[in-house]
Amino acid sequence: MIIAVTDRPAPFDEMTEGAGTRAPYAGIARYLASAGEPLLQSKRREAEVLFRRIGITFAVYGEGGDPERLIPFDIIPRILGRGEWDRLAKGLEQRVRALNAFLADVYSQGRILDAGLIPRALVMENACYRREMVGIHPPRGVYSQIAGIDMVRTGPDAFYVLEDNCRTPSGVSYMLENREAMLRLFPDVCAAHRLLPVNTYPEELLETLKSIAPENCAGDPTVVLLTPGPYNSAYYEHSFLADEMGVELVEGTDLFVEDNIVLMKTTAGPKRVDVIYRRIDDEYLDPEVFLPDSTLGVAGLMRAYRAGNVALCNAPGAGIADDKAIYPFVPEMVRFYLNEEPLLANVPTYLCEREDERAYVLANLDKLVVKLTHGSGGYGMLIGPHSTPEQRADFAARIRARPHDYIAQPTLALSTVPTLVDSGIAPRHVDLRPFVLTGREVRIVPGGLTRVALREGSLVVNSSQGGGTKDTWVVEDDAPQSPGWSQGRSQDQSQGGG
Amino acid sequence: MLSRTADSLYWLGRYSERAGNVARGLQASLRMASLGGALASAPQEWQSLVTAAGGREAFAAKHGAATGEAAIHWLALDTDNPSSIANCIEIGRRNARAVRTALTADMWEAINETWLEFRRMDGGTIQGDRLPAFLDWVKSRTLLFNGAAADTMLRGEAWRFTHLGTMLERADNTARLLDVRHAMFEPDAPQDAASHAQCQAVLRAVASLRAYQHVYRARLTPRLVADLLILKPELPRSLIACYRRVDQVMDRISADAGGRRGAANDIVAALHVRLQTAGIDAILEQGLHAFITEIIEINLRLGIQIADIYLHG
Repeated sequence: MIIAVTDRPAPFDEMTEGAGTRAPYAGIARYLASAGEPLLQSKRREAEVLFRRIGITFAVYGEGGDPERLIPFDIIPRILGRGEWDRLAKGLEQRVRALNAFLADVYSQGRILDAGLIPRALVMENACYRREMVGIHPPRGVYSQIAGIDMVRTGPDAFYVLEDNCRTPSGVSYMLENREAMLRLFPDVCAAHRLLPVNTYPEELLETLKSIAPENCAGDPTVVLLTPGPYNSAYYEHSFLADEMGVELVEGTDLFVEDNIVLMKTTAGPKRVDVIYRRIDDEYLDPEVFLPDSTLGVAGLMRAYRAGNVALCNAPGAGIADDKAIYPFVPEMVRFYLNEEPLLANVPTYLCEREDERAYVLANLDKLVVKLTHGSGGYGMLIGPHSTPEQRADFAARIRARPHDYIAQPTLALSTVPTLVDSGIAPRHVDLRPFVLTGREVRIVPGGLTRVALREGSLVVNSSQGGGTKDTWVVEDDAPQSPGWSQGRSQDQSQGGG
Repeated sequence: MLSRTADSLYWLGRYSERAGNVARGLQASLRMASLGGALASAPQEWQSLVTAAGGREAFAAKHGAATGEAAIHWLALDTDNPSSIANCIEIGRRNARAVRTALTADMWEAINETWLEFRRMDGGTIQGDRLPAFLDWVKSRTLLFNGAAADTMLRGEAWRFTHLGTMLERADNTARLLDVRHAMFEPDAPQDAASHAQCQAVLRAVASLRAYQHVYRARLTPRLVADLLILKPELPRSLIACYRRVDQVMDRISADAGGRRGAANDIVAALHVRLQTAGIDAILEQGLHAFITEIIEINLRLGIQIADIYLHG
């Protein structure tokens, strides 16, 4: 994913501010200045050994070389102050509520389409729209129980949502393991900060999954995690989460459907399953309904789902909410369903099918990024500042011919965070994926997955293309304490209470 | 427990044990072959080992006559041999990876580290003077795995299926080692230096040379070697010790599964009783080959029945 491009010489660095250091980074800045590079480089090697020994790898098969690669882990954390995070979390909750309301709406009445706020064809003719879901009412009306919202930042108060992931977002295991690694590598530095914990995520996830069990489920629901198997690139995460939650990690062949009830094969005979956290795509879920030659799914699963005998997380068809063509309308959804003003900004997006916006795009092609709504992987994209007059003329013609196929966005100067690379500490671009859980209530653990583009100037943070990860810290806004200080606060409190 | 999980744990137990057994077998045969022509025929020695490991036909098709070099490569590294150490490590880890959630961190790290270290080795690892160190390493990795399992696993279903695999594999190995040398157990077999060396080789292959002396305090004789390896419950690699554990574990597995039993439970119970009541003289009179052949067949049937009721859902 190319997130944006910029010609600006100095993007916002989250640690430095002019000649000073931004408050959340004060402790880390002191540590980096005192530690010295040889120590940091040795910590980096230690981290790699740690990750490989535990087996946190990212499977890449069929490309030769090591089939189980490590995602590079950068030992310098990305830090958000509590105040920054709280504002972000409020916005995330609002956005995910709206996305779920949208999903419930487009699979039932379609009020937002009737109101003319989103073109009907954009939804109904979208490849991500699953007609099979019409008439199914998932428990609590929740479709995307686990959402990952990709955020970028351009300034102290400027956060943008780059992309919503409402289907089967991955990466949460890195959020958890990165924190474990930091606690092992830098116990003193961690202790000197008042770090909000992320390790409650598996419990929160299990609570969320149980809270959306089918209504006819008696007693404690049996939850399973459905994986495509060990060859899937995210298999480590699947096994990690199943383990942390204490639920069975199942493959399609472990399940079967009888009388519209999902059963798993166990050593004690068949056992009923109530909630399936599925990490396989819609198309592979049930060969009776979707791809008929899928061997990953379970024949009859959708019958059981429709009969209300099993819950699927996330619901099939949730992908319509994170489609690129739908993205520009999310702020409208917030206003329409929640009657609130959106707290999180979209990257401004110009819809070429709208006449006034098209006129702006055509007049400013040299400043904008133009994308095909249904394109992916950068195909059919114009990067204005780097384009030639011929390319711009070509795109202008294409936009005029098929305006509804194109959107345009301004280029963004993405924030950077100091990162340890071979040549020392240097700023690198980052994004952030917090995870939002929705069941009986919305839960967000303070943090997320920070991805970092390790190549200088690169804006590509994907793990398959040389991206790495960082631990994401949310710290209380007070100045970080030095280790010798850590008793101070509790004493103050006991004095105050006495 | 998921049937697939039980299946993977069972095979994890089997392949981890098998890797250690192949290494022990190689060590014993290496020693026999190095004694020279007076006491042992090297080609015959290697042929016996390949046969005991269950790969006679496939090996013959690939190599013809057994030479030390070919046999060592076949048993240690050849991926065409499903029971080679290389395959045991690979398949063992694949099964472990499929059920990581059922393993303890110590078990996983033992298995994963073995796999990682093995991948860093090259063909030279098994050549000449480096071979003994490699075999020691394989043995130590199996011991580490067994130790990690014994010391850290909750005594629940996961432990029982892993242990079941380990014990069945161990019984199978002991039976096969006895079988390939059955000629020395014939009543009219000559008792000479060569047969003495053979006795030693069998005992070494099951790490029991010292144990023999502690139990019998006597010269090595084929009769007592057979007695030790088949009927002595105190020897952890004897058939009776292995099947006693299998019998007990199967009972517990059946209890875990709400009393679900099948032919497997009856087969192992009958076999255990039979070993308890058998005497070594009667076995040798009947002919060790016939007796062991039957045990190996029962073991095979047992594996199929276990899979049928518990592992395939």
